[in-house]
Amino acid sequence: MATQDMAVAEPFLSMQGINKSFGNIPALIGASLEVREGEVMALIGQNGAGKSTMIKVLNGFSRKDAGTITVNGAPWAATSPEMAQRGGISTIFQEINLIPFRSVTENIYLGREIKTRFGLLDLKAMQAGARALLAEFDIDVDVRRPLGEFSTAIQQMVAIARAVSFEARLVIMDEPTSSLDDTEVGVLFETIRRLKAKRVAVVFVSHKLDELYAVCDRVTVMRDGRTVAVSTMAEMTKLQLVATMLGRDLAEVRRAGATAFTEGSRAIGEELLSVRDLGVGRRVRDASLSVRRGEIVGLAGLLGAGRTETARAIFGADPHEKGSIRFQGKETDFAAPADAIQAGIGFCSEDRKHEGIIPGMSVRENLTLALLPALSRAGIVDEGRQREIVLRFIKEIGIKCSSPEQKIRELSGGNQQKVLLARWLCMNPKLLILDEPTRGIDVGAKAEIQRLIRKLADDGLGVLMISSEIEEIVEGSDRVFVLRDGKMTAEFDGEAITEPAVMDAMAHAHGEVA
Amino acid sequence: MPRLHASAGFGALLALLLIIGFGAWRYDGFISEYNILTVLRYNSMFALVGLGMCFVIMTGGIDLSVGSVAALSSVVAAYLSPYGLIPGLLGGLAAGVAAGTINGFIISKMKILPFIATLATMLAASGVALLLSNQQSVPASYDTNFMALGQGDFALYAPDWVNGEDAGFFGAVIRIFLGFPIPAWIALFAYLLGSLILNRTAFGRHVLAVGGGEEASRLMGLPTDRTIFLVYVMSGLLAGMAGVILAAQFGAGQPIEGIGWELFAIASVVVGGTLLTGGKGSVGATLVGTLLLGILFTVLNFENGMGWISLSAYWQSVLRGGFLFVVVILQSRLTRSTAAA
Repeated sequence: MATQDMAVAEPFLSMQGINKSFGNIPALIGASLEVREGEVMALIGQNGAGKSTMIKVLNGFSRKDAGTITVNGAPWAATSPEMAQRGGISTIFQEINLIPFRSVTENIYLGREIKTRFGLLDLKAMQAGARALLAEFDIDVDVRRPLGEFSTAIQQMVAIARAVSFEARLVIMDEPTSSLDDTEVGVLFETIRRLKAKRVAVVFVSHKLDELYAVCDRVTVMRDGRTVAVSTMAEMTKLQLVATMLGRDLAEVRRAGATAFTEGSRAIGEELLSVRDLGVGRRVRDASLSVRRGEIVGLAGLLGAGRTETARAIFGADPHEKGSIRFQGKETDFAAPADAIQAGIGFCSEDRKHEGIIPGMSVRENLTLALLPALSRAGIVDEGRQREIVLRFIKEIGIKCSSPEQKIRELSGGNQQKVLLARWLCMNPKLLILDEPTRGIDVGAKAEIQRLIRKLADDGLGVLMISSEIEEIVEGSDRVFVLRDGKMTAEFDGEAITEPAVMDAMAHAHGEVA
Repeated sequence: MPRLHASAGFGALLALLLIIGFGAWRYDGFISEYNILTVLRYNSMFALVGLGMCFVIMTGGIDLSVGSVAALSSVVAAYLSPYGLIPGLLGGLAAGVAAGTINGFIISKMKILPFIATLATMLAASGVALLLSNQQSVPASYDTNFMALGQGDFALYAPDWVNGEDAGFFGAVIRIFLGFPIPAWIALFAYLLGSLILNRTAFGRHVLAVGGGEEASRLMGLPTDRTIFLVYVMSGLLAGMAGVILAAQFGAGQPIEGIGWELFAIASVVVGGTLLTGGKGSVGATLVGTLLLGILFTVLNFENGMGWISLSAYWQSVLRGGFLFVVVILQSRLTRSTAAA
């Protein structure tokens, strides 16, 4: 891949050979990042690639295990975000961490208020200062109003202005556009260009490829805790970018036949689910897909493309603003997950820890929680039948636990996932939505779960599978839909499902569904 | 059937046994029939309120209104007591359920934070109690058997021989059993039922699931709103029962009683090892927690009676607060070490 061009100038920021582990799980392995003065550097990678850890190490939130960081040639040793800010590096987080109830002025001057001779706040001077500062960014708002009254974009500008007024030499923006609409994104980009003109360096984290090409000069790609590519935006095509992110060009680290999916029996039945022109909030604008009985349908897309939001809307966990959902031939509009479950849909969330397991409860209880009303007679749970069902599933799908009474939080990720799958299977669903079913699961258990999913589909279950692992999508799916920026851009069937084709659809906005 | 989970209520149970042992060793008459029955009679009200609080806290909520709801119920029950035991009882319970329903509706349907919602009900219920009673205690009727709910027992039904000289151990057991105060029977029954509901019904499991992960529960289709609604109704019902007992025990509806009951109930629940964040808890351990704090009070009274020191009620509060600190810190150390293991 492209190498750094060291000749131009000493970089403003240089992070080299950074190691960081949490427990014994390495998050960064010799990662590096260099940013020059007045440069906008894109930092991209999949979930878990190490971007956030890299940022946290830089802004003093986490401590690195090894490696060197220099800023302006001098060693950098911030141990807290406040210290980093004083040293000239500010971070604008995805969630704006200002105080919405207080005025714009107060937010800008928080922690370094201007005082009068008598030790009281000099409101006039602060308001004038705030106005002057915002004027540099062409923002004209009433600085006496509470920050929360303004749009997210303005709030973000205020956060950036605050950061810059701390004499920031480097501003890190972590997915700043995720809650902005198109016009607001335009305003943000203008701000970034102004920062650039002031020779301020910017690290820009985003999953939206178009944005990177619009505003960034260079890109650093991370994968599995390593820096795998550094290049100018112009020298890297979108397809190359996606391929590097997913690690598909490095054949040597890949095992042949990366997943345990086998060809399906192809006994595909009638249509179970049909989604047309779905719109959910800002993330999903126009999603259409369908799932048939006995079929695994892959839902592909980059992070932030709206895959999870689409799945949650189908399941009734979030409301949708437009579009139609038909299940088993009937128009449906599930008001709550309970209705979707009643109709025969199950949903395994990608956030197993917070939206899946109840950590303090046993395997038995986690497995049968949703089934309890059906297991109760006169309100009292029939513990005999409960135990019978639990033991059957533990055996059938091979859940490794010391006993059904073991707390689920003590199980490995793979076994937790099996319990969650069993939770749905014991309710005899017709359609199962799986959001990242093998994330955070070790290789052996991953293969078991993939085989299980295939078997369930062969037995007639319809499966909608979201996955960020391209080989899982390509090898596991009978059909694939690709979401890009909330729009369905492509559908592939059978032989047409190839990695280059799917990645191409993830990277480029095609006009129509293929 | 109240299961004492080793980790949850163990520290509290140990402290309870130590305190009882200490009291028995130091004071004459501590382990007397009279003292035991007095402790049980008085603390049954707190036990009932604590049980409701326990369910609320297990869902991750809080119910600050229990004290003033009990006061309101005592006033309503006292007014209705001339019509008999049943009207008095049902009236008091109805007042509690009404308050609980309002709490449950506002919290589960209108999504107002439990702290705020029940704070409002606490103020409102207290106001209604004072309005109804004209700021005076309301005498309950002695003409009906209403007072039995607070003061009665079944001693009358004891066969003569158990009161005789040669009744022996067996006779003494029967005597204590029948002399067991009616409010204590009510509390005991409520705890057995509460334990059954928590451990053996779908609703009980849903309570813990909602507290352990509300979004996870919603995504698996559990009736989260209904569960939350019902725990507040239940808490209101139990506070109402406590209010009825209050009126019957003191012979009057008490509009200004109940201040601080909610804090006492929260303390009992927490001492019992139930997590304030929800998702983990035990009915039996809450009973232990109530008894622990109640008996501590009795010990301080006995100590005053010894004549060595004279502690005012305020000092007793200070001591109880300090004691609560110790138990809660011990409890958190215990859970942390088991979590780490």
